Amino acid sequence: MPPLLKVSGLKTHFFTFRGTRVVKAVDGIDFTLEEGETMGLVGESGCGKTTTCLSLVRLLPPAGRIVEGSIEFDGDDIVPKSASEMRRIRGSRIAMILQDPMASLNPLFSIRTQVGEPAYYHQDLHGRALRERVRSLLQSVRIPSPETRMKEYPHQMSGGMRQRIVGAIALAGGPRLIIADEPTTNLDVTIQAQYLNLLRDIQRETGVGLIFVTHNLGIVAKMCDKLAVMYAGQIVEQGSVREIFRNPQHPYTQALLGSIPKIGSKDPLFAIPGQPPNLASLPQGCYFHPRCPQVMDRCRTEEPPMVSRGGGWEAMCWLANQKEEMQGAGAAT
Amino acid sequence: MPEPLLKVEGLKKYFPVTDGMVFWRPSAYVKAVDGIDFEIYPGETLGVIGESGCGKTTTAKLLLLQEAPTEGSINFDGSDVTSLSGSQLKNYRGSVQVVFQDPFSSLSPRMRIRDIIAEPLEIHTDLSRSAILDRVGEVMRLVGLQPDMSPLFPHEFSGGQRQRIAIARSLATETRLIVLDEPVSGLDVSIRAQIINLLEELQADLGVSYLFIGHDLATVAHMSHRIAVMYLGKIVELAESQELCENPLHPYTRALFAAALPSSPDEEQEEETIAGEVPSALNIPPGCRFNPRCPFVMSHCSQEEPELKEVSPGHYVACYLH
Repeated sequence: MPPLLKVSGLKTHFFTFRGTRVVKAVDGIDFTLEEGETMGLVGESGCGKTTTCLSLVRLLPPAGRIVEGSIEFDGDDIVPKSASEMRRIRGSRIAMILQDPMASLNPLFSIRTQVGEPAYYHQDLHGRALRERVRSLLQSVRIPSPETRMKEYPHQMSGGMRQRIVGAIALAGGPRLIIADEPTTNLDVTIQAQYLNLLRDIQRETGVGLIFVTHNLGIVAKMCDKLAVMYAGQIVEQGSVREIFRNPQHPYTQALLGSIPKIGSKDPLFAIPGQPPNLASLPQGCYFHPRCPQVMDRCRTEEPPMVSRGGGWEAMCWLANQKEEMQGAGAAT
Repeated sequence: MPEPLLKVEGLKKYFPVTDGMVFWRPSAYVKAVDGIDFEIYPGETLGVIGESGCGKTTTAKLLLLQEAPTEGSINFDGSDVTSLSGSQLKNYRGSVQVVFQDPFSSLSPRMRIRDIIAEPLEIHTDLSRSAILDRVGEVMRLVGLQPDMSPLFPHEFSGGQRQRIAIARSLATETRLIVLDEPVSGLDVSIRAQIINLLEELQADLGVSYLFIGHDLATVAHMSHRIAVMYLGKIVELAESQELCENPLHPYTRALFAAALPSSPDEEQEEETIAGEVPSALNIPPGCRFNPRCPFVMSHCSQEEPELKEVSPGHYVACYLH
């Protein structure tokens, strides 16, 4: 059986000034997602997380184009699909939850209209059946008294409730894959915990695949099975969350994990020096080398290979490569 | 025990709300800050934590005299600042500075960096232009910026560098207390650690005090010596940072810890989270403010408001359980 989602060699570039300047927002990434699995996509702003998500639903802004690679969803490549075919997939089989619930809800339509829209278009529900569906969706995202709430408008809801409504819209078409782009950034901590628990319960019930875009490693530790760390348009390390947290291979992953404060500890934090790179003028060799604390001569000139450690765990670093070679040599003698 | 630098007593701020019938007659009050007391000692960081609408930012505004308190007093260095005027008031404003959350909107896009940092010096000191520029270079070096960047404009800097500029501006005068209103929430993870470390180094070198406002428990606990937990305009618990992390007493503080994200997937996670949302400050529940969400609520809780009392040395909590 093919995986739910298989992205291979995906490159999404932005073209400006009639193609004279190219910004390589996503530059050759591979990953797979099985049904019922949660993958965390982590990185700093401008590393290509959001562009990756927009490529998956083919909603790129006009300057952006998928120049290479394939996105196989359910064994079917969606890159060559037409706009109308994409419209049939979006909202029914792939759904997206965006960061700001106030911006993703229309202030002029009632909750009932907005939550019911995907079911109306994709499942052809009308009248009482549609109303019943909206009611059960609102119930599944734990909106109290759904009958009265569905007549209301977004401005009458609190931030946490609005984000749950957005979740209900995402579920309305019965999707197999949900892409959540920093869904809890604007929420308070206790509301965030409620929302994350809700998403996890929904996933257990429906078996939907979940891609969680975030810059918060705590959310990844709580929610995800797999983790992909992005830096400057590339996935520099990916694998199971437990293994990466215990023993990160790439210096960037190590640095990210060292830079988060832990409750009860007063040790100085590990700060990554410098700034994230400008995607329009990337350094030679490994993109991370100007900020890397363990930089070697080779890193400045040659791009590192993706080194596999087995079980889907891989890191893009000369250090990991060196370790591998040493182990290989040790095994040979 | 040294004398506190800042002592706040019974501070209240009510915002009037009119129903539109008779516009000068308030129909209700938003009790943004409803009677809080705390002290900040020289060289200390007091963390204030709470969810949106709990009155953290209003407290900051009251300390900066951007809002006049409805009731209560703010004592700075032995004198009540709410009644200051003239040169004494100017003095106070020179020694208490602020760093805001969003470094993109807190720096004027039309001013050069050196003018941004020099502005408080021009207002609060009578230094000559060249002495001011020397001082600008000095504070820029303190926060890790090259002094030759001073003729540039804010748009030429990244978020982390802008936050450094904002910190440099707050340090330019003889600052003794800096109000940090979520100074790292708008920054990238890798930059966040840089700014936290910088703030801690500056405090160790200069002995400046911080009021650190945040909603991320781990960051506030890392930065602060003592932490005040606020809920709906009241301090519900106040203790040493270490003590609060090891022994949180108030059910709301415990809920915050339960909701905090784990630092690794192996960490044991509490499945229980408190239900509901923070009620509106217009309509504060009677008795203990937390009683509608509290898992340990007793009949007594909805009748009388618990007082903040000391349960062990330096650990204050407002709850009938303790």
